[in-house]
Amino acid sequence: MLTTNRLKDHWAEQQIFLRRVIACTILMISLIIIVLVRLGQLQIIEYEYFSAQSQGNRIRIQPLAPTRGLIYDRNGTVLAENLSSYQLELTPEQVPDMTETLDRLALFGLIDTENIDSIKALIRQHRRFDSIPIRLRLTDVEVAKFAIERPRFPGVDIHARLARNYPYGTAIAHALGYVSGINAADMQTIDKTDYAGTSLIGKISLERRYEQELHGNVGHEEVLVNARGRIMQGLNAELATPGKDLILTLDIESQLAAHQALAGRRGAVVAIDPKTGEVLVFASEPSFDPNAISIGMSRKEYRALQENPDLPLFNRALQGTYPPGSTIKPIIALAALHYDTIDSEQSLFCGGEYLLPGSSHRYRDWKQGGHGLMNLHTAIEQSCDVYFYQLARELGIDRIESFLKRFGLGGEIGIDIAGEKDGLVPGRDWKRRAFSKREDKIWFPGETVITGIGQGYLLVTPLQLAHATATIANRGQRYQPTLLRGYSDSTSTAVEFKQHIPLDSVGIINDGQWEQIISAMNAVMQGEHGTARAVGADAPFTMAGKSGTAQVFTVAQDQEYDTEEIAERMRDHALFVAFAPLEDPQIAVAVIVENGESGSGTAAPIARIVIDKYLRDLL
Amino acid sequence: MTMLMSDRRQQPLGTTAFMMRRLHLDGALLTGIICILSIGLAALYSAVGQNAGLLVGQLIRISAALTAMLIMAQVSPSWLRRAAPWIFATGLSLLVLVLVTGDVGKGAQRWLNFGIRFQPSEIMKLGLPMMLAWQLHDRPLPPSLGLIVVSLIIIFVPVGLIAVQPDLGTAILIVLSGATVIFLAGIGASYIVGAITTALISMPLLWYFVMHDYQKSRVLMLLNPDNDPLGAGYHIIQSKIAIGSGGLFGKGWLNGSQGQLEFLPERSTDFIFAVIGEEFGLMGALVILLVYLCIVGRGLFIAAVAQDTFSRLLAGSISLTFFFYVFVNTSMVTGLLPVVGVPLPLVSAGGTSMVTLLAGFGILMSIHTHRKLLAR
Repeated sequence: MLTTNRLKDHWAEQQIFLRRVIACTILMISLIIIVLVRLGQLQIIEYEYFSAQSQGNRIRIQPLAPTRGLIYDRNGTVLAENLSSYQLELTPEQVPDMTETLDRLALFGLIDTENIDSIKALIRQHRRFDSIPIRLRLTDVEVAKFAIERPRFPGVDIHARLARNYPYGTAIAHALGYVSGINAADMQTIDKTDYAGTSLIGKISLERRYEQELHGNVGHEEVLVNARGRIMQGLNAELATPGKDLILTLDIESQLAAHQALAGRRGAVVAIDPKTGEVLVFASEPSFDPNAISIGMSRKEYRALQENPDLPLFNRALQGTYPPGSTIKPIIALAALHYDTIDSEQSLFCGGEYLLPGSSHRYRDWKQGGHGLMNLHTAIEQSCDVYFYQLARELGIDRIESFLKRFGLGGEIGIDIAGEKDGLVPGRDWKRRAFSKREDKIWFPGETVITGIGQGYLLVTPLQLAHATATIANRGQRYQPTLLRGYSDSTSTAVEFKQHIPLDSVGIINDGQWEQIISAMNAVMQGEHGTARAVGADAPFTMAGKSGTAQVFTVAQDQEYDTEEIAERMRDHALFVAFAPLEDPQIAVAVIVENGESGSGTAAPIARIVIDKYLRDLL
Repeated sequence: MTMLMSDRRQQPLGTTAFMMRRLHLDGALLTGIICILSIGLAALYSAVGQNAGLLVGQLIRISAALTAMLIMAQVSPSWLRRAAPWIFATGLSLLVLVLVTGDVGKGAQRWLNFGIRFQPSEIMKLGLPMMLAWQLHDRPLPPSLGLIVVSLIIIFVPVGLIAVQPDLGTAILIVLSGATVIFLAGIGASYIVGAITTALISMPLLWYFVMHDYQKSRVLMLLNPDNDPLGAGYHIIQSKIAIGSGGLFGKGWLNGSQGQLEFLPERSTDFIFAVIGEEFGLMGALVILLVYLCIVGRGLFIAAVAQDTFSRLLAGSISLTFFFYVFVNTSMVTGLLPVVGVPLPLVSAGGTSMVTLLAGFGILMSIHTHRKLLAR
């Protein structure tokens, strides 16, 4: 056999190895010479220069934090501003014993014992020579107290910085969000250099969404420090670029009106300009004080907020999902016209209850004894349930599902704050996926019937409901809701307006169908028998609306509904949607009052107050 | 130098020498190591602001590392050779594990937590050269093209895993430790020229497609540190001031203002060479660099007189990689190379690298003390 394999030649290999080692040695000596030449350059040739740099007064580079952009409402009222305040800052490498220092600060009441762990986590995220804010907004008393003890706390100092202030506090907290101290989790997501010197960062809602724009860009200055590290004099500086100011779409007066009208209740009001998608009111109650959170709450205070049964931290306008109740009827009616399943003039008798063929289950009307003869117009005006039970049955769930989705229900619409909830538009596919038992996977006819009056599985958020109402007002043309109208630059007065973003239109070309529904909704508020005529009759402008009452809990068959006996939290949710004026809609509103019992009684007046306030120039 | 290079085994044994031999230690290497460790402790004491507590931590790590060295010195090279593929495989599995489950420290995923946190890439620093030496030890050398290709695969699988963590400094050192094995095995000059050309060509590709922003910023910063005086440029500016102001003889121990006044960041870890430069001047730096060279020289001597291919390649690689540590760290601190996070070996505080380094020296000692007397 021919072998081409070479044999191992140990002697030759060793010779090669030795030659390679010698080559390496030459290379290493050359590299070390390079390092030595460099050292010679630094330590002999440039010695004078570096020596001067290190001697006597030294230059330290300090970041200059940019000023956070302000936030204005659509008319230029300030909603978030920067006030000067004192804060406690710590430079880790100058602190001899971190644990002991923090413990003693806690003993002096300057930081909260419960926060020590999170402060330590924050310190680990920073560079050792950074000045890290550990306590924001000191009171005058605390400043004085620390000033006396300062020599005992090397590495800890008080700095005057700008703190965020929200003049309208709770009224607008859910829309604006708040800024708060940068924590360890934030450190992972930000550019540390860009935030050197910045102590606050947007945590939720708009303050978070537009963090980048509001923050601006860091600058830096060279300062002379003495041997103890105290700043003696400023040298060169490259100034920071302040953040952009935000101009919101919100109208603070209407927002305040909604806030006051909801006071003491749990609920939400969202108002939208139908022709642009601009959100005019975005209120959720109960609310919280963003100023208190911004300063830095103790864990106990924050836990109290979190555990409050009324959920003040919960943004109901964005994330609350509710059955729409009868407020869905105009859209169901529109679907029936669109798919041509009814003759709108033909009347149907309402006897107070509805039976599906072959079933004994009675679907009740809210009005005992029924409404009598009803057509599409009167059924919307008086909110006849039986008429809509029949309408829904004829439409079928598939058509209802796809039609509701055209209005943006059942999914995120894309407002510019994070955390939107999808709500739920049920259908056959959804039921198959959502349930595990085979018998539950089937869609029942009865479920279609109750979907027709906005009960059952159907869930919407206040934002979705306001968006759907705006869509009706605007005859099908949808706009993406936005809270931001534009930016303004503090260096110039020019405003950079944001484009309005049109969404897919609902796709009903027959204007007559829109007018039919809108005229019925007008009758709700300003007609002879309208469920909310008490609220709308005296309005100086035309308005359209629809009340809704959503069951929180199901009344058993043959049982009377007794308000007294039902615990407050079991009471029905009250809903109302409205827009005005009819011919040139400028505002569409959705109001939800949890356990408010009556849509027309509780929610409708709130809608009216908000609309009045927004259309104050028309009054 | 001559003393270090001479072989003491031919001389009559004193008590110390006898003990050393029983423990499989190499006196010359140990002397060099202890010199460096002592200089390092002195510099560290100054760098941490004379904080005895932090010094104790370093002493504990040194003791652990010396123990690792002692243990490795007892393991005979032939046993190590048989274990090499298994050590490599273990290291590789742990690297995969760290990507799946590892702790995130300073934005990079490098750590595994088994009660104590450690970096599996440390195993690779010794595991990779061992694997390559094992792979080449019974083949005719210089290696054939096929063998070189296999070796390159062995290098780049673990290096890839480390580079995505991302840990550029360690990845570079491990590539170098593998490359030295192949180089010492005697690959032809044409391959070497080819490799260097490929490296030069791939640099722009790495720049645009592989490197993270923070890695790019370090390179850019080296070219102009004043561009980013608040960020990483701060390190280089302060380090140069510290070294430059040290002058020929330094400001004296504990008197370096840059270090003492805490202008110099990372002064107890990656930038400790700047503390040495500031307090002991050019002379101090020269001394420590010479001691380093002596250690490397002794290591290469051990490699040269080693009796089998495996030992020769492994000893050579360990010694040369140690040199690269010194070179990369000192060039980075003096602003010749970008800041890649390589500690000054045996001097910088903390890290698991101390244990790995001394375990490597344990292997060198084992190779030297387990030799059999061969008839010429």
